[in-house]
Formats: sequence, structure tokens, C-alpha cells
Amino acid sequence: MTGFGALLARDLRLVWRRPGDMMVVLAFFVVATVLFPLGIGPETNLLARIAAGILWCAALFASLLSLDRLFAADYEDGALDLLLLAPWPLELAALAKCLAHWIVTGLPLAVLAPLMGVVFGLSGEGLGALCLTLLVGTPTLSLVGGLAAALTLGARRGGALLALLALPLCVPTLIFGAGAVEAVATGEGFVTHLAILAALALMALATLPWAIAAALRQAGE
Amino acid sequence: MITASLEVTGLSCRRGGRPVFEGLSFGLAGGELLALTGRNGSGKTTLLRALALLVTAEAGRIRWQGEDVGRDREAWRRRIAWLSHLDGLKGDLSVRENLSVAARLRDEPADRIGQALASFELEPLARREVRTLSAGQRRRVALARVAAAHAPVWLLDEPLNALDAPSQAALRAVLGRHLAAGGLAIAATHAPIDVAGARALELGR
Amino acid sequence: MATLHFLANPARFRRFSQRVLPGLSAVTALALAAGLYLALVESPPDYQQGETVRIMFVHVPSAWLAMAGYGLLAALGASLLVWRHPLAALMARGTAPVGAVFAAVCLLTGSLWGRPMWGTYWVWDARLTSMLLLFFLYLGHIALSRAYDDPERGDRAAAILALVGAINLPVIKFSVDWWNTLHQPASVMKLGGPSIHPAILTPLMVMAAALLLLFVVLVLLRTETEIDRRRLEAAELAA
Repeated sequence: MTGFGALLARDLRLVWRRPGDMMVVLAFFVVATVLFPLGIGPETNLLARIAAGILWCAALFASLLSLDRLFAADYEDGALDLLLLAPWPLELAALAKCLAHWIVTGLPLAVLAPLMGVVFGLSGEGLGALCLTLLVGTPTLSLVGGLAAALTLGARRGGALLALLALPLCVPTLIFGAGAVEAVATGEGFVTHLAILAALALMALATLPWAIAAALRQAGE
Repeated sequence: MITASLEVTGLSCRRGGRPVFEGLSFGLAGGELLALTGRNGSGKTTLLRALALLVTAEAGRIRWQGEDVGRDREAWRRRIAWLSHLDGLKGDLSVRENLSVAARLRDEPADRIGQALASFELEPLARREVRTLSAGQRRRVALARVAAAHAPVWLLDEPLNALDAPSQAALRAVLGRHLAAGGLAIAATHAPIDVAGARALELGR
Repeated sequence: MATLHFLANPARFRRFSQRVLPGLSAVTALALAAGLYLALVESPPDYQQGETVRIMFVHVPSAWLAMAGYGLLAALGASLLVWRHPLAALMARGTAPVGAVFAAVCLLTGSLWGRPMWGTYWVWDARLTSMLLLFFLYLGHIALSRAYDDPERGDRAAAILALVGAINLPVIKFSVDWWNTLHQPASVMKLGGPSIHPAILTPLMVMAAALLLLFVVLVLLRTETEIDRRRLEAAELAA
């Protein structure tokens, strides 16, 4: 576990030294969210109805933004070789990287999104639901995104390709995440949605680190 | 009679559909350095990566003290210290931070870092962030990382690159100490490495 | 000399494929003719949808083949990753576009079928939406396998993607079904038709068999092309 902790600490320290990288992603989230009322119109009832979906989609896109650097930096400076050669499982290293990404992206988004939810006129319960569903759902996004990032290491047009690969796989999380927030409004099934979100996260946790490790090994060949 | 600790037999590798080398065999004992020479593209880097099990060889075996290294990959990774043509350093971390992170990523104690820094005259730079260093200085940090590892086998890709004369002397001294302690080293290099116990292996078509 | 090792299996496959294709293509043509005849002439028009129900004879088998195609991609991917079988990579490259086309055909025919019924070219029906996502998964596979200068790297990355995608497909289908029932009332008629009448079953099965044969023929042809392309690249490098 020392290696896992060391890798996580290193990546978090690197973000701490350059907080701008993280801030840009959150700023994008805010800007993207605000775009929708500008494009759709300020009618309050409509916005409150579609808030859950829009906020979840914007969170998804913001999550994707920082993903293409997840492994690329290590790939470019040669640190990836050292991870591949570390004497502990690569799957744990993959998990550490995704966890670092979540702490830096998913977690702040879960806190920031309810603030934007106010802008959209979500109810108090809706805001709480939004925060909770993002907390439970964004780890899955980090894992799926981590896989897409590892698969596209060194590929041409990596950024767009990463989005193409990750987005379809994120659809279940999006459906249940946004669905949970709407369920709060109608007053039914919130717990079910949340439970399924958690199940999706566990499934991702149980399968994706191995896929990410396999993809990283391919990159080292 | 020196018995070989590292034995490579019949190693063949292909990259991008073409064979890079075929049927390569050699043995290396403790205290020996193998300098890989050959033109660009002759497979020196591929051989190093194959020895590190980063690249899967088409054929052949790599044995450490009689046992196939593929049987216990984690143990083999613990035994090798790796230097590629990239430095593997994080620009936003200081020299000392890079070395201590590297030690923890290898799950090793940090007791050799001080000596490694001293060997390459990096103590005055220890607190500087790596991105502020020159290419030669960064290479020295990368070499210090290798020297600080508790690994008997060193796999080095162009270790002399970007080093000025005093730094090259420092590397020779460090290598000499490593070999004298029974370590092995395999280095891909354009220039000869003048150390006791050095042999050369030429790769090429 | 350099390419001999590589040619071992794919060459044998190519010779086998060359022998088999003419006969197989003839059988496919016959099956398609029989299937189309049954579908267009023999089977009765639906009492509600009239003649347009005949689109189902292409739409439904296309859906099956698109899904089976992705399963094949996953199996080939596993074969490549576990056994490093060179043919698996080439066949996967050949299969992905074929499967994607069947998915696209399914979407197009579904859209055309829906038009007379709902007045729009697209309906967010659960099955169509799932098929759309499957189409995106295919596109991702095709793009990823061709995104690298080293084709073998692309093959292996795409293989991992195919495996992960295949595991996720049931999850995606489940979540899209859920989403659909949440957002649309139950009165929407499913595109599968109210029930499968026996008179429709025979033409459907014949068309399914015919399209399956077409799928196989296309995959064989495309795999041959990929083998030739890889040989050409290897020869160019060795020269």
C-alpha cells in the first residue's frame, strides 16, 4: 500500500503546485452550465425541469476535460515506465491515478454543482440529491475516463477520441444520476437510483483497474 | 570461474512487424557491465525494454540465477533499476522530492538518497524544482535515482547523454562502486564506458 | 524471411477463405432472394401498419447481427490479448465496419419504419437508443484501432475496448430501458410489433439466415483485405 499512497500523494502534490489546471476545469463547468439558459431561454419552470440533466451532462464534459492529461504527462516524461516497473500491482497504480483525478475533479464538481443548481431553481432536496448523486457517480466517470485515457495514450487526435470512447460507456451513470435528481422532484425511487449508481461504481471498480492496467502495458510496449 | 547471474538465451524481438534482433544470447555475472553498441535502430532500446519485461519477446528466455524471470515478475522488477532516454522526473517537484517519491514508489527505504545526491554533486540543487534545471543536470538527477535504488541490475539507456566531462566521471565512479559491490549493469551507449569489468555487445543488421 | 512468421496463420486463413467464398456468396445470394421474396411477396401486410411492416424483415435481423458482431469483436479481442493470435486482430478490423453498417442499417430502417407511425424520423425508443449507443461503440472501436502509427498497438487497444464494451452492453441496455420507461408513458407501441405472428416468423428467420450469411461473406472479404494490407505494410518496411 505504500506505493499506492506514494503515487496518490505525488499526483495530489503536483496538482497543488499547479492549481490552475484544476480551476480551469471547474470554470469550464460553470461556463458550460450557464450556456444552456442562454441557449434555451430563462423560463424558470422549464429550467428547473431540465436542471438535473444539464448539470449532470456539464459535469460529465468537465470530467472529461482533464482526463487526457491523466496518463499523458507520465507517458511523455518517462514516469510511466517507472510505474510499469514498480514492484507492486499496476492495477493499484491505475486506481491511484483515477482516485487522484476524482479528488481533483469529481469531488469539487459535487460541491460546485448544487451552487449552479440554485441558478437553475432546483429545490432544496434537489440540490442535496444532486450533490449526493455526483459524489456516488463521479468515481465511475473517473474510472471510465481513466480507461479511455489509457487506451488513447500516444494516439492521434487523442482528445476527441477519448471523448468518443468514454461517453457511451458513461451513459448508464448519466441516466441514473440525472434520474435520481428528478426522482426527488416526483418523490419516488430516489434510493433505487442511488443504489444503482453505487452498483455501477462498484462494477467499475471491480473491472476497470484491470482493463486500465492492460492498456497501460500496451502503451509501454 | 565467474558464473553468470543473468542469462539470456535465444532472445528475439519484433517491433512494428519487423524483427529487431533474433537469437540473441549472452550471460552477465556480478561485477560486469555490458555495453550495447550499434547504430540507431539496431535494437538497443528494445533489448533493454525486453530485459525489463516491458516488451514481450517473440522467443527466448531471460534467466536470473537459473530461474526464468517471467515466473515472478514482481520480484524481477524489484531487482532492476531503470533509466530510459527520458528522465522520468516530475518537473514541478524538487530534486530531493523526486528521489524520495521514486524510492517510495519502489517501496524502498530512502537511505541511499543522500549518498546518491553527493555522488553526482546534486546537493546544492537538492531543493530546486527539476523544471528549472538544465538537461545535463536533469540527467544527473535521473542517474542519482538509479544509484539510490536497492537493485542489483541496472538497465540504462544512453546514460552518458547530455553529461559533461565531470558528470561522466561521476557516473563512471558510481558504476564502478555498483559493479564492485557485485551489481550488474547493461547500458546502451554510443560512447564507450570506461569501467573495470566492461564488455561490449554489438547489435545490428 | 522477415514476414514468414507473420504469414503463418493468416495465409492459411486466406487460402481457406478464397476457396470458400465463391460457394458461400452463391448461397448467400440465393438465401437473400428467397428471404426477400418471402418478405415482400408472401407474407401478409400487418393489420395496423400495412405494407411498412415489411421493413421489420431487415430491421430486426440487422439488430441481431449488430449485437452479435460486437460479441464477435469481444471474442476476437480476448483471443488477441490472451493468445496473441495475429488473425484475431485482422478479423476484428474486418468485422467492426461490417457490424457498424448493420447497426446503421438497423437505425435507418427503424427510422423509416417509425415515420409513417409517429410522423417523425426519430423516436427515442429504448431499442433504437440502445442501438445508437452500440453504433457509437463501433465507431469508437474503428477509430481507436486506426489511431496509431503502429497498427498492432491499435489492434490491442481496440481489443481491450471491445471487451470492456461487451461487458457494458447489458448495463447500457438495462439503463436505457429504465430511462425509457421513466420518461415515456406505456402507451407507446414498441417497434417490435404487437406480437410475432407465425406467418411473419418464417420470412423473418429466412431473412435472418440470409443476412447472417451476408455478414459472414462480408467479414471474410474484409479480413482478406486486412491481411493483404498488413502484408503490404510489412513488405514495405522490409524493403
